[in-house]
Amino acid sequence: MTLINRSVAGALLFSAAFIFLTSLSAYGVDAKLIYRTYCTQCHGLDGSGKGVNTESMSVQPRDHTDPKGMSAISDAQLRKAIAKGGLSVSKSVLMPPWGATFNDEELDALVSYLRELCKCSE
Amino acid sequence: MVFIRYMTARLVLPALFCVLLTSGPAYSEGPLDEGMGLLNNKCADCHDLKGPAAATLEDFLSRKGPDLFYAGVKYRKEWLSQWLVSPKRIRPAGFRYSENIKRVSGEDDMVDLGALKPHMALSREMAKLAAATLMSFKANEELVKKNALTDAPADAFMGELNFDKFSGCLACHEIEPEYGGVSGPEVYTISERLQPDFIYSYLKSPQSFDPKTFMPDKELSENFLQILTKFMLTLEEDEEDDEGEGE
Ligand code: HEC
Ligand code: HEC
Ligand code: HEC
Repeated sequence: MTLINRSVAGALLFSAAFIFLTSLSAYGVDAKLIYRTYCTQCHGLDGSGKGVNTESMSVQPRDHTDPKGMSAISDAQLRKAIAKGGLSVSKSVLMPPWGATFNDEELDALVSYLRELCKCSE
Repeated sequence: MVFIRYMTARLVLPALFCVLLTSGPAYSEGPLDEGMGLLNNKCADCHDLKGPAAATLEDFLSRKGPDLFYAGVKYRKEWLSQWLVSPKRIRPAGFRYSENIKRVSGEDDMVDLGALKPHMALSREMAKLAAATLMSFKANEELVKKNALTDAPADAFMGELNFDKFSGCLACHEIEPEYGGVSGPEVYTISERLQPDFIYSYLKSPQSFDPKTFMPDKELSENFLQILTKFMLTLEEDEEDDEGEGE
């Protein structure tokens, strides 16, 4: 009985670890940490657009926690804005291009993270 | 003020140096060996002296100060030896802004001044030794384009307009104290601090020097690279002093 219990627990633990590991490698990257490192300087610690740099900026950064505004932008446009900068989606040059900083996986993870922040979809 | 600083440097620092000399670790002979000893002892905890730059975000975030392994192609020697004697903050929000900011409800995030620590200072002699040794670190030499700047004169007005509006650099960099973004290094001291060829080359591709830096590659045209580099080189720290406009 205990033996069975133990092996069941073992198997469960093993598959939990397996799922955890594969989900990590599927997204592979810590989008929250990336956002915190690169984006909060303008978009703010809570993503609401009130970053530490915004005082001297003539266009305010997008509020990433605003479901209305964010659901109006498609995933494709979000990705383009991040990779190629504001100008590429007819927005302000103050939103920089990050194509030289992030790979495809990281860009996808950032788009998913933005959807978490706004609690919305396209 | 300058006089006092000068006298302090003249009197106190040599005295300090004597103390350090007699109590400090024994360095091997040869000025650069001695310099390496000093850097390894006092600086290697926070600065990478050997390279390469961080390849992962974790490594990037674990670094406590700017990489110095290519110092010889980046800094001006005179500036290094002066700054190390009396270091002044270069990045208004500290080296990694994301660790030094706080949320203020309803308002913009603020720099948490309490989180910022002053940089260690060296005696005049030690600083000279450290500067001479740092200048021998020539990694990334091939990345730095020599004599990159054309002869066309800088247009300060166009330069500022470009920096602020067309290229959006002001978002992260101050062009005078308290004017501009705080996450990047101040640029109004850049002409004293950095070699012009380095500024140009870094601007062209910051990720070639530091793949994980949070300075974005703004994909600037050659024309913009010239205008911006020259503009930054025209800035001087004292320019905005309200008194004493004339030099
Ligand atoms: C230098 C400041 C700055 C930084 C750093 C920055 N942004 Fe922005 N961002 C802006 C500004 C300003 C806007 C608003 C542009 C506009 O509305 O014209 C913006 C807008 C956006 C938009 C909306 C684009 C659209 O189509 O409306 C997205 C998405 C975005 N940023 C994502 C990011 C991500 C992700 C990062 C970090 C990798 C980041 N930003 C870093 C300044 C910045
Ligand atoms: C406790 C960590 C720490 C130690 C120890 C330390 N530094 Fe630093 N150093 C920093 C930080 C952080 C900065 C960024 C300062 C700023 O932006 O205002 C810096 C900046 C510098 C700079 C300017 C670089 C730049 O591009 O902004 C030089 C040069 C330098 N340090 C040299 C040294 C030398 C030489 C030593 C040893 C004698 C040393 N440091 C010891 C943390 C340290
Ligand atoms: C999103 C913020 C951001 C933007 C926008 C930005 N920078 Fe930077 N910049 C930084 C940061 C952060 C560093 C420091 C990297 C480091 O410490 O290694 C930096 C470093 C530099 C340096 C090297 C300075 C030094 O003291 O080491 C230069 C020159 C520079 N930037 C110029 C520019 C120019 C010109 C533009 C506009 C085209 C620009 N930057 C746009 C954040 C930014």
